[in-house]
Amino acid sequence: MAAVHGDVHGHDDHHPSGIMRWVMTTNHKDIGSMYLWFSLTMFFTGGFLALGIRAELFQPGIQILEPELFNSFTTLHGLIMVFGAIMPAFVGFANWQVPMMIGAPDMAFARMNNWSFWLLPVAASLLVSSFFVPGGAAAGGWTFYPPLSTQGGLGVDMMIFAVHILGASSIMGAINIITTILNMRAPGMKLMDMPLFVWTWLITAYLLVLVMPVLAGTVTMLLTDRHFGTSFFNAAGGGDPVLFQHIFWFFGHPEVYIMILPAFGIVSEIIPTFSRKPLFGYSSMVYATASIAILSCVVWAHHMFTAGMPTVGQLFFMYATMLIAVPTGVKVFNWTATMWQGSMTFETPMLFAIGFIFLFVIGGFSGVICAIVPIDIQVQDTYYVIAHFHYVLVSGALFALFAGAYYWLPKWTGHMYDETLGKWHFWLSMIFFNVTFFVQHFLGLAGMPRRIPDYALQFADFNMISSIGAFGFGTSQLLFVYIVIKCIRSKEAAPEKPWDGATTLEWTHLPTPAPYHSFEKPPVFKPVSH
Amino acid sequence: MSQDSGHYYVPAPSTYPIIGSSALLFLGFGAALTMNKIELGYGLLAIGFAILFYMCFRWFGTVAAESESGKYGLDVDKSFRWGMTWFIFSEVMFFAAFFGALYYMRVLSIPWLAGESEVLGQTAWGAYSGGWPTTGPSEHFDEFTPMGAWGLPALNTAILLTSGVTITYAHWALKENRRDALTKWMLATIFLGVLFLGFQAYEYVHAYDDLNLRLDSGAYGSTFFMLTGFHGFHVTLGTIMLIVIYFRCAAGHFTPDRHFGFEGVAWYWHFVDVVWLGLFIFVYLL
Amino acid sequence: MRNKSVATLIGMSVFALYSSMAVGSKYNFPEPQSTIAQDIYDQHIALLWICLAIFVGVFGVMFYSVLKHRKSLGYKAANFHHSTTVEVIWTVIPCAILIAMALPATKTVIAMKDTSSPDMTIKATGYQWMWGYDYLQGEGEGISFFSKLSTPRAQLENKEPKGENYLLEVDNNLVVPVGKKVRIILTANDVIHAWWVPALGVKQDAVPGFIRDTWFTADSPGIYRGQCAELCGKDHGYMPIVVEVLDEESYAKWAAGKLARVSSGAVSLAAVSTDVVSGAEQAVDAIEENSDNN
Ligand code: HEA
Ligand code: HEA
Ligand code: CUA
Ligand SMILES: [Cu+2]
Repeated sequence: MAAVHGDVHGHDDHHPSGIMRWVMTTNHKDIGSMYLWFSLTMFFTGGFLALGIRAELFQPGIQILEPELFNSFTTLHGLIMVFGAIMPAFVGFANWQVPMMIGAPDMAFARMNNWSFWLLPVAASLLVSSFFVPGGAAAGGWTFYPPLSTQGGLGVDMMIFAVHILGASSIMGAINIITTILNMRAPGMKLMDMPLFVWTWLITAYLLVLVMPVLAGTVTMLLTDRHFGTSFFNAAGGGDPVLFQHIFWFFGHPEVYIMILPAFGIVSEIIPTFSRKPLFGYSSMVYATASIAILSCVVWAHHMFTAGMPTVGQLFFMYATMLIAVPTGVKVFNWTATMWQGSMTFETPMLFAIGFIFLFVIGGFSGVICAIVPIDIQVQDTYYVIAHFHYVLVSGALFALFAGAYYWLPKWTGHMYDETLGKWHFWLSMIFFNVTFFVQHFLGLAGMPRRIPDYALQFADFNMISSIGAFGFGTSQLLFVYIVIKCIRSKEAAPEKPWDGATTLEWTHLPTPAPYHSFEKPPVFKPVSH
Repeated sequence: MSQDSGHYYVPAPSTYPIIGSSALLFLGFGAALTMNKIELGYGLLAIGFAILFYMCFRWFGTVAAESESGKYGLDVDKSFRWGMTWFIFSEVMFFAAFFGALYYMRVLSIPWLAGESEVLGQTAWGAYSGGWPTTGPSEHFDEFTPMGAWGLPALNTAILLTSGVTITYAHWALKENRRDALTKWMLATIFLGVLFLGFQAYEYVHAYDDLNLRLDSGAYGSTFFMLTGFHGFHVTLGTIMLIVIYFRCAAGHFTPDRHFGFEGVAWYWHFVDVVWLGLFIFVYLL
Repeated sequence: MRNKSVATLIGMSVFALYSSMAVGSKYNFPEPQSTIAQDIYDQHIALLWICLAIFVGVFGVMFYSVLKHRKSLGYKAANFHHSTTVEVIWTVIPCAILIAMALPATKTVIAMKDTSSPDMTIKATGYQWMWGYDYLQGEGEGISFFSKLSTPRAQLENKEPKGENYLLEVDNNLVVPVGKKVRIILTANDVIHAWWVPALGVKQDAVPGFIRDTWFTADSPGIYRGQCAELCGKDHGYMPIVVEVLDEESYAKWAAGKLARVSSGAVSLAAVSTDVVSGAEQAVDAIEENSDNN
């Protein structure tokens, strides 16, 4: 996708051509592009499953998916979206942007970088093909709690090995990013001079290295429980099914911040650019990000309030969880203060960024409501939770990804995307997203459990609305693909610096499109005062 | 590529990653099928391992060659240090999951099962009294004898600790460019590693044959074998790495001030050492 | 630029309209039927108001800025980018709000967890896919039955019109007396299930091999419906819970009738443990079978 244009530094681009260029590449931009294309593919795969779910739930009764298959759809939708779409997309952004934003020639471990990517299709093929094996795909939810997941067949094992491989990929990717950031900044760029996107990725990568191995351990225990007679999650042998939940969520909760911190980073780049005003409270943004990461490691059991815990446990995890609202609030307030008295324009990246803040805060609030133990007793495992996390994941992580994609497409491709269509994409997404997911709050409050293929009649009307919204939202995403392809194919060159408010190195020190090899000689970095 | 300062070595396009990925494709499908006793799986596993070994051999070979030909500047060296540090950190977290499971069972779930959560004077499991070691409350599991700490395990502790010393001697020798001492101490370390593994293997046979202690011996068996097993696996990897480094030393690789390959392996070796101490205390002693 | 503001406005008002549909309709928590459920209901409403206030505050400022501080209006950007004072303020205020939220919640948590001195105790066991109930203590001690979905298959398959309580009806309701503290102890036979009756404000996972408990006191007679709230396999959507709350007299009559029928085969306390044990043993067997077969 990216430019292979003449190189300003006169470096000859001796790399294989055709498909082998992509297979063998050690170039962070190529690898970034592959990550992004892969994640888009997975987004549509997961979206296809979501549409299957929504089609079945359009009306009460069983229409198109038998219950077991429905559960597989739900499970694989969750897994594919989380591990296939959102996480790789952020790693793709990191690959493209981190070296350019810190003035590095490439990632620290360029070959391993390629391997991190090429593990993903392997894992994806395990996941997707598990639909077609005897017994079908895993159907225990993306959280695969035992003993239910001890019951499944071959599909569950394929999922387990897919998770191992995804974990390996994430750990390698994270180590690469950390090392790049710590070791390859342009001379003179101190940690507190780094763009916020780089900061958020540094902290995210740390979280990844912290929790992905724990997930690997969890699935390993599940595997040995399934096949080798161990008793980790089996009361008869002295284990406990709830032990799984503890270890899983020790991974799982930091995981959700892994999917949102880089989004905060992207938004923190875009808001100042389009407000033409420096980011307000840079250092407090950094500290807030770090606090969120630290807190995120001690709140996991808020997913287990109904699993049965001693009272002190319930209270501790409730308080700790609620505390996360504080640093997150600091971020929201800082963005608002950045916009205040700016000189704002509203191109597509800015629209998505503002849409992000608006809807993410709604999702954050429903998170805090979930964190209140007594209320969570009612909403746990209902559509209220589904609504909560789609607000933070779809209108959170995904919207930020769209914002970032529009923001950097000119830098990546050398062409401008179609602004009108971009705005259409934003408004359609905004409207249909809310049609799909806002009603799910009501469904949850009224008592509709999640992960059910069929429901009582009182839930019928809102489910219908939600399904209509989902198809609208899905169709709107086709527009995004069209816009991206049109942008790449476009003949017109983008302006050198399409965003006059941008201040980071990739805009100030590199031509547009970015050359295949950038910063072979480190740039001169002049810190701005924060 | 020239070696001017400030130029970071970026390797040329490479086929190793895709070879490695195809290995994992075979391994993933192979393992899943094998677990479900489908014949095809064994073949796939074998192919996967073969490709993986080939890939490792070639890839690490290339890295060693690049290193020796002076392509890696000081920046690359520093990157390797960061990379290895974080890799070891990730390994620590992997073990933490298993130590956490051990802690949870011993401190929480087994007392619960033994009636701390009694209802109406009754417990879920009748007369089960908990304690450690245990196979858990079910009659389903056979009796076993737990593994004592002061026999082989204590000896193994001594062996691993000693190997930590010998590798440090090797490191000093390398830094002072005493190549003979270097290879000698390396050999000693490898010997200790292999000895450890041998004893560990013997211990497993002893557990199965004499103690009736098996992987499926409830909570104790699960944690005992998974923790010591993964540790043993890491010692095996570490020993292989030591052997590779030994041959590199013997081939004259490394200089007194540039020898990250050696140091990385030494770090790793110390890491498995520390994990063992944790195991000795929490699995064998307490 | 004008058309954008219009679009925003329309969007906002649609949103508001949409939200107002929920107010006062059945699309909130069901009407609370116990003290705990009432607490939960009230706290949820209170939190909604607090969140709404913060929301209006934050986005009031942001959208004022969005409308006024635009380049197209010729607004020139200021250049401030730091103020420790405001950072402290907007750290402290949310903390205070959170404390205000946590206080009532803490009280309710403690109350919810207090399962001591119940008037009666019933054991609920989750099976794939039905519930088993054993009356262990209090009036009706010894009653024991299974409770299964009673909606006919034809309705699920859209071959018959769906009844009023589609998927929320069972063959045997769990019957309890009004105004009595009922302690439910939970376990499961195979996988994790969760026992949930929204109107009574209880939800508790049933974990195989372990015993968990919860309690409720129903305020008034009536029929309250809930569902299994933990994914438990294929028919997770088909294991509802129906609690029938009777006044004391009717309850006594119901219990006497039920007991007369079971008479000899009464379940005694001693049976609790063996049941649970055999449940988990079965789970082990199933697992082993699974690994053997594979
Ligand atoms: C990107 C992902 C993401 C993010 C960012 C969050 C953010 C939060 N989440 Fe969420 N969550 C998920 C993804 C995410 N979550 C997922 C996937 C699940 C379900 C998993 C499953 O079961 O499948 C889940 C489930 C979940 C639960 C369990 C629900 C249940 O199963 O019963 C809880 C409970 O506490 C919770 C809480 C929170 C909280 C308190 C936050 C906070 O971080 C939110 C903080 C933000 C704000 C509060 C808004 C901004 C703040 C202000 C404007 C300041 C002022 C505000 C106040 C004083 C209130 N989440
Ligand atoms: C991480 C990110 C993520 C994202 C982006 C999404 C995106 C979407 N999700 Fe969800 N979702 C999860 C993560 C995510 N999800 C998780 C973790 C769960 C929990 C799983 C579990 O319980 O185990 C879940 C569960 C979940 C449920 C509950 C299922 C259940 O409990 O049974 C539902 C139901 O509505 C749902 C819907 C949707 C919809 C409509 C979208 C939409 O945003 C998707 C939109 C995209 C498309 C639709 C693209 C497809 C487009 C085409 C294929 C082109 C053709 C289109 C047309 C012709 C219309 N998701
Ligand atoms: Cu039983 Cu869900
Ligand atoms: Cu969480």
